[in-house]
Amino acid sequence: MTESITNVMPDTATEERAARSHLARRLLRNGAALFAFIVLGLIVLAAILAPLLTPQDPNFANIQSLLSAPSAEHPLGTDGAGRDVLARLLYGTRYSLAAALLGTAIAAILGVVGGLIAGYYGRWFASVSSWVISLIMALPGIVVLLAARAVLGPSLWMAMAVFGVLLAPAFFRLVYTAVVNVRGELFVDAARVSGVGDFSIIGRHILSVVRAPIIIQFAFVMGIAIAIQAGLDFLGLGDTSVPTWGNMLNDAFARMYKNPVLLVWPSVAIALTSVALALFANALRDELERSGRVRVRRRRVRGTAPAPAVVLPADVVVHPETTADSREKLLVVDSLVVGYDQPDGSLKQVVNGVSLTVRQGEVHGLIGESGSGKTQTAWSILRLLPEGGRIVGGSVVFGGTDLASLSDTEMRKVRGRRISYIPQEPMSNLDPSFTIGSQLVEPMRIALGISSADAKKRALELLARVGIPNPERTYAAYPHEVSGGMAQRVLIAGAVSCEPDLVIADEPTTALDVTVQAEILDLLRGLQKELGVSILIVTHNFGVVADLCDRVSVMRDGLIVETGPVRAIFADPQHPYTKSLFDAILEDGAARGHLEHAADRHAPAGGAAS
Amino acid sequence: MLRFTVRRLVSGVILLFVISSVAFLLLNLGAGDVGRRILGPAATADTVALKNEQLGVSEPVIGRYFDWLGHALTGDFGTSWFTSQSVEQAIFSRLAVTLSIVIGATVVSGVIATVLGVWAARRRGWADKLVQVIAVLGFAIPGFLIAIFLVNVFALNLHWFKPTGYVQMSASFTGWLSSVTLPIAALSIGAIAAIVQQVRGSVIDAQRQDWVRTLRSRGLSENRIVYKHVLRNAGGPALAVLAVQFIGLVGGAVIVEQIFAIPGLGQISVSATAQGDVPLVMGLVVVVGALVVIVNLLIDLIQGFLNPKVRVS
Amino acid sequence: MTEPLLVVEDLHVDYPVKGWRRKPFKALNGVSLDILPGECVGLVGESGSGKTTLGRAVLGLAPVTGGSIRFKGAEIGTLSRRERRRLSEEIQVVFQDPYSSLNPSLTIEQSLTEPLRVKKVSAADASRRVRTLLDQVGLPSNAAGRLPREFSGGQRQRIAIARALALSPQLIVCDEPVSALDLSTQARVLDLFKDIQEATGVAYLFVSHDLAVVRHLSHRVAVMYHGEIVEYGPGDKVTSDPEHPYTQRLLLAAPVPDPALQEQRRADRRRLLDAQNEMALQSGAL
Repeated sequence: MTESITNVMPDTATEERAARSHLARRLLRNGAALFAFIVLGLIVLAAILAPLLTPQDPNFANIQSLLSAPSAEHPLGTDGAGRDVLARLLYGTRYSLAAALLGTAIAAILGVVGGLIAGYYGRWFASVSSWVISLIMALPGIVVLLAARAVLGPSLWMAMAVFGVLLAPAFFRLVYTAVVNVRGELFVDAARVSGVGDFSIIGRHILSVVRAPIIIQFAFVMGIAIAIQAGLDFLGLGDTSVPTWGNMLNDAFARMYKNPVLLVWPSVAIALTSVALALFANALRDELERSGRVRVRRRRVRGTAPAPAVVLPADVVVHPETTADSREKLLVVDSLVVGYDQPDGSLKQVVNGVSLTVRQGEVHGLIGESGSGKTQTAWSILRLLPEGGRIVGGSVVFGGTDLASLSDTEMRKVRGRRISYIPQEPMSNLDPSFTIGSQLVEPMRIALGISSADAKKRALELLARVGIPNPERTYAAYPHEVSGGMAQRVLIAGAVSCEPDLVIADEPTTALDVTVQAEILDLLRGLQKELGVSILIVTHNFGVVADLCDRVSVMRDGLIVETGPVRAIFADPQHPYTKSLFDAILEDGAARGHLEHAADRHAPAGGAAS
Repeated sequence: MLRFTVRRLVSGVILLFVISSVAFLLLNLGAGDVGRRILGPAATADTVALKNEQLGVSEPVIGRYFDWLGHALTGDFGTSWFTSQSVEQAIFSRLAVTLSIVIGATVVSGVIATVLGVWAARRRGWADKLVQVIAVLGFAIPGFLIAIFLVNVFALNLHWFKPTGYVQMSASFTGWLSSVTLPIAALSIGAIAAIVQQVRGSVIDAQRQDWVRTLRSRGLSENRIVYKHVLRNAGGPALAVLAVQFIGLVGGAVIVEQIFAIPGLGQISVSATAQGDVPLVMGLVVVVGALVVIVNLLIDLIQGFLNPKVRVS
Repeated sequence: MTEPLLVVEDLHVDYPVKGWRRKPFKALNGVSLDILPGECVGLVGESGSGKTTLGRAVLGLAPVTGGSIRFKGAEIGTLSRRERRRLSEEIQVVFQDPYSSLNPSLTIEQSLTEPLRVKKVSAADASRRVRTLLDQVGLPSNAAGRLPREFSGGQRQRIAIARALALSPQLIVCDEPVSALDLSTQARVLDLFKDIQEATGVAYLFVSHDLAVVRHLSHRVAVMYHGEIVEYGPGDKVTSDPEHPYTQRLLLAAPVPDPALQEQRRADRRRLLDAQNEMALQSGAL
């Protein structure tokens, strides 16, 4: 009965609203939404104009003409008591809609007000109200309605009032969750610091965020209200003196064998209204979610908007090798172009023709600012681009094979076994539902074909090797039980577990604290020396490049602008962009010094210095 | 895990207590002149008074409440005011019938919704659109309309099934199966619609998680990732919806039993309510409430098994 | 002698931990600090050190459980929400995340005038003030009518700075305001902070995890570790020749963007860790 509480909130509520101005227009272009609008409009019109559309009294029983066929006087015939079917249908629309509206309105008022208060102020009100809500939700609604009917008698409006209370949780939970989310947003904190009062914050920043979801929920709940109200009347538990769709069904069902057509009218009315309400709610939700999705993706490839569809002639600065490098070329990326299919059918390019070479046993840094396409390049080597992304041109030759031309099955054999991956964010890159041990063992059993006992032994050795103090305990732990630094060690252990030739590390230390970062860099350097593996490391930090890399490629706007041995580039950057990046580095800059006017008047201002 | 279970059990018992107390007080305060209702307008005032005394309804509500509670704790819910049958008997003889339909519908809808939801989430495109349409229609159209439609088509026109009646499972399994097919189908469609949306959404969400990319990078096959890792993570939210659906199905059974003339809890619920048979309604409230508590506990336990974080907190 | 603008003394902040009879989490454990008018005090620490909590406590957004926060001599640590609102003219904030610190559905002008309207500034005056502010942070005045999503991270951070400046406060708490920005943007925004301080004489409590950033901007630097300030002194000294073992580790952990120097620093760090370990062993043995 409260099944309507599913996914009404889009992922990040506050961001969705940005696109709201276009929402109404988009809704009208959405076929389903337009259909829903028209149907609902007609139904409401029929309810309002009922006295004009039929001269008949919906309750007048003409015993002379029971179950009569359609005629000029009775366009849809008469029912088992000799009442005009059309009149009952039209007036029924009035009562059914009004009853559903009453129930839904009560639910919305109780739920929204309660949810706002509980969400914004929290504390005891939140605890009490969520307890009451879970109590209400635990009850099968129809049983409560039946019990209420036993107490209150067969009243249409009382039943709907009780029903409104029962459905309040649908609104409460929606509003509560949204408010709790929005309350944590920094712009609410900023408003509080600006001296904005609680009511203004609720009205300006919070209510506006939940408005659209409340409308969606209202449509869903109203559909349910119509169904439940009809159901009660259909069971014969309602007020039989009021013409409603449910009462019509009840009467028709009793005469199903004689005149099944009578079932059609109320059924169609109920189904049409419910479906129109659900379609409207669904269309609105889809549109909200769509604007959310586009945003998320835009952020991921942010900054590449002016990317041209053709590959720019790149003025790549290539530094000469200081010593002849006789090591074999392991990975040769040539003119790689990566794009994302857009909803309008166009292609958005994020990598515009990248060429780079990684030799056996080399650590190659790929450095650039956000949106430069460095991560996209790394993902496309593994062919792990997110939905919609694909390699549009160029080749990725690894150990003599073009990875771009392999089948999915063949590519799978390359992943893990020959090229592996270390992600950026350690905590979100472990499956929260499985132990760390099982996530290490599973790929080894598949890629190396070893027994689970051997795989476990090897996993424990690897955990010890990556510097985890108690391998057995970590092996049995779940990801949420270890720290970020530990999780990154586990992921590094996983990356080298199947003895790959190349490790692609995507900002492996960005999410970590500085002291942990230093440890992870030490670990990567040690493992690289020990295993002789090549590493392609994506980063935005010149310190990381200086610490770890043999060679470096600088990326901007999906292109490599400068590449060469690390020492050569750090000593003598050539490309203007590389130069500007070096200029922005603060590390070797001067400190700001003392606060002057204070220092003038008295000794160093460190009165409270320890 | 044990503490978790005990805590849930205790809160379930409290819930049941609160529900039954509120129900008892409301029902008895609103009961009116019970003797007159039972005996009809023809009875004399004396016999009505005698009847009221026999039933004990003239005594104060609070005293009767503790009396009822004391008996209820020993499993004695009194006798029906109208049929003189004991409430436990009346309910338990029908509980199995309703449960077989509701559990059947839960299993059927859970399985079908999972298959459809995973399919839609993985294929996207037209498969996704199709499932969405089914979900919207199934969600929007009330179950009893679907039931009426099924009776008309499959029973009255095609004669594949009998329109009404119930066959005990012990009497004939195929007979039972044939008698519950249409009711289960009618109940399941709405539940499928709700669950399929949740399964689809959770699978799509889970597939977008960072760890899926990492699992792919380790050389795991797509099937293994979806059926082992993604489904397990999507299972929690989907199960929560299944629990809500179960409660909804118990309610839906009331109407569907009426349409198919199945002698289950729904039928006596309707008749007991219409008559104002307080002891029977109280028994029903307690039994249904207990059912809900048990199902929620079961779901919580499975959730705990699926999600290690729940287990800890 | 200049009176300090802000004095934090023996400040404690506990966050309740969910669950029955769990001990609360001690985010701040007796922190003392002072800021002079026009001064920038840098607050460095790693995640969980309590640096953000200290900033939020000064803003009245964290539950103070002990100690005092005095602003211009008056206690502000225990004000009610209502009393706190009056301080909006004195203390403002710039947050880390330029994406969630602006309401995505309000135009820049609406966001910037919010603090002004609370102070009952007329619409015309507020609008004029918005142009000045935008100019001050280096954005064109036609930015006012647009929505946050039309701006890059660096530009949004400029807008957030403009909002903080709207009421001409005397202290701005800056919570990692440049850590979400790219290298080149970061340098420009830091320069903006410096220019504004020199022009207006506003004081900063500048929270960051990055020693280099703090060194660039701060007159004095405080280092936080496990809810306590372990070192507090002149910026140059703390960020180049620290005394506390933790600050020493922190300093040497950050890789220098120069291969030769970094090799040197790596060796230094190794030696330091060995020495500190030995000391820990010895003190443990005693």
